[in-house]
Amino acid sequence: MSDFVSSFWSLYIAGITVISIVWVTWFLKTQTTRRLAANEKAELIEKAWDGDLQELNNPLPRWWLWLFYLTIVFGVVYLALYPGLGSYKGVLDWSATGQWQQEQSKANAQYGPVFDKYLKQDLKVVAADPQAREMGQRLFLTYCSQCHGSDAAGARGFPNLTDHDWLYGGDPETIQASIANGRAGVMPALGAALGEQGTKQVASYVLSLSGSKHDATLAAAGRDKFATYCAACHQADGKGTQAMGAPNLTDKVWLYGGSEATIIETITKGRNGHMPAQLDKLGNAKVHLLAAYVYGLSQGK
Amino acid sequence: MEQALYAVKQKIYPRAVSGWFASWRVALVLFTQLLYYGLPWLSWDGRQAILLDLAQRKFYILGLVFWPQDFIYLTGLLVIAAFSLFLFTAIAGRLWCGFACPQTVYTELFLWIERNIEGDRLKQMKLDRQAWNIEKIARKTAKHTAWLALALWTGFTFVGYFTPIKELAISFAHWTLGPWETFWIFFYGCATYGNAGFMREQVCKYMCPYARFQSVMFDSDTLTVTYDSSRGEPRGPRSKSTDRHAAGLGDCVDCSICVQVCPTDIDIRNGLQYECIGCAACIDGCAQVMAKMGYPRGLIRYTTENVIKGKYPDSSILSHVLRPRTLIYSVLLLAIVATLGMALISRVPLRADAIRDRIAARETAEGYIENVYRLQIINMENRPHRYVISVAGLPGIKLADSSPLVQVAPLGTHDAVVHVQIDPGELSTRSSPVQFKIRSLDNPDLTTTVRSTFLNR
Repeated sequence: MSDFVSSFWSLYIAGITVISIVWVTWFLKTQTTRRLAANEKAELIEKAWDGDLQELNNPLPRWWLWLFYLTIVFGVVYLALYPGLGSYKGVLDWSATGQWQQEQSKANAQYGPVFDKYLKQDLKVVAADPQAREMGQRLFLTYCSQCHGSDAAGARGFPNLTDHDWLYGGDPETIQASIANGRAGVMPALGAALGEQGTKQVASYVLSLSGSKHDATLAAAGRDKFATYCAACHQADGKGTQAMGAPNLTDKVWLYGGSEATIIETITKGRNGHMPAQLDKLGNAKVHLLAAYVYGLSQGK
Repeated sequence: MEQALYAVKQKIYPRAVSGWFASWRVALVLFTQLLYYGLPWLSWDGRQAILLDLAQRKFYILGLVFWPQDFIYLTGLLVIAAFSLFLFTAIAGRLWCGFACPQTVYTELFLWIERNIEGDRLKQMKLDRQAWNIEKIARKTAKHTAWLALALWTGFTFVGYFTPIKELAISFAHWTLGPWETFWIFFYGCATYGNAGFMREQVCKYMCPYARFQSVMFDSDTLTVTYDSSRGEPRGPRSKSTDRHAAGLGDCVDCSICVQVCPTDIDIRNGLQYECIGCAACIDGCAQVMAKMGYPRGLIRYTTENVIKGKYPDSSILSHVLRPRTLIYSVLLLAIVATLGMALISRVPLRADAIRDRIAARETAEGYIENVYRLQIINMENRPHRYVISVAGLPGIKLADSSPLVQVAPLGTHDAVVHVQIDPGELSTRSSPVQFKIRSLDNPDLTTTVRSTFLNR
């Protein structure tokens, strides 16, 4: 729309509209009567064709004419009240955005209290409330299922939220913080530092941590390299650090996949996990409900 | 000289008429209006028999509940209505206009009220001409009050098809109607009052599109209200004792009864006109005059253009009813009725949609490829059902969930999350079609299948 910001176009549109209305009014006024030619009969439209076929003139009723004038009046009133004449905003100052905001605040006023009811309750209490769980599920399906799945079991690159394995911690408050502020899980690329052989050795060692199938010789060689390059985040024993979202490597839960090839790819290129912050978009009350719902997901198991 | 292209409306005072066709019209007015005013009060299974619940988007018609997804049936109904109109029009002209159209029906009701309060044509004209006095004020007030009462009742009944009429009656009595109910009752009421009280023939003449294509629906074998000019002309007044043949006169006594009874104020003796709504009031009026004169009836009658042209006598009109045009309409009509009937009988009140989760396929700990779907199951029937879900389409494909049993409330929707798993060895392509079958446990006929795709990682 940047082409139409100059005031010329506003005047152009307003001018065409005003001229059209004036012209239509004049046209209507002049077309209510007709001058008859000499010898022309008012009742007949055509004299005769096909020998004997004549068409009678049936004048429209006058109220019909008033309807035409009424539409002109309607148009003028409408253009005075609402935007339509170029950039003129109209007496009522109506706008689509304004209407949307109005409806939004109306909806918030109506549904806000339903969510706010749970805000003061402890997350564990909310998680146990069946109604809150239902609402939480609906929110989850709307805002979270695109990445974590309708069943919250995640996918490659998106953590499973239904098990007991947590990257940043599974207590209710940490879950709430993850949802509210988002998370950025960064695993630096180590391919250049380790070299191809080194990467392979470290990958084998990582596989050995979780008791997976691995090459024992390579793993033994990777042990020291792991201590140098990886232990700062994943700890010397490979159990990870929840404070920075470094995953536990000693279990069989893998975010990107647990095959040797995938682990090599992870080490070589690094990973960039990104959970977007929801607080600004959803507000406190919804984040609270979602946190309780997600916390409740793994509690029954 | 100047000619006005818009004319001031002339009020028409149609004269009351009785006779065979008038009785038919009364019968049809009674039939359609008993149906219209009565139907919303009927009950079925503890609820209103016909209720178009727009807010809930459920349309209850007797034992059936229709959903917005069933709109195709409405299409069928409209096509049936259209072809019936074509067929009836091709056979006997504007039967719809003259006998069943709401505009005619409500005008008849309003005219009946008007005649009972103001008297017939001449009395009405006299009353309108005279200056305002107590009697005129009293009669006019009574008429408009009766009109408004009927119009309001009509508007109320109309809304009663969309919101339960018994509750509506209670809130109407307590004056606690919702804003939209109030609006529609008064809007529809005012429309009835205006259309049947004031607009009348103006609607037929200037607004109704049906009048515009009357000419293409007629052919030379269509029965229409026709003045037999070969019998009637030359017209002229005469005393009952005059021998018309000797005087060189036709059967038309030029009494203008046919014009006086006409609700659209046309002279049928000028031939068929688009304003003619085929109400046959002129036939009844003329028949009475012919009887009085001792002439045979039928100077104005239902007959065809070909009869008037002398191609065949009135007695063989029936043999001309069946002709290609009416046969084609009948066959099409029967076909659509049969199709709609079959579709209604075989309708399965169960629907489902399969929505695959946007996330990529995942690999389970057992090495299966897993896709997650949300199955939206709609129970379109007014009782609860338990459905069992199964999946097919690929060898060895299965559902991971332990109990793919879903309980759905009457007229309810349920989102079931299902996990579909398959051995990766069975997948040769990146995307394969799969089918979900949803079957009711209590009624095996209640089964539906939805298609989706299964993605390999």
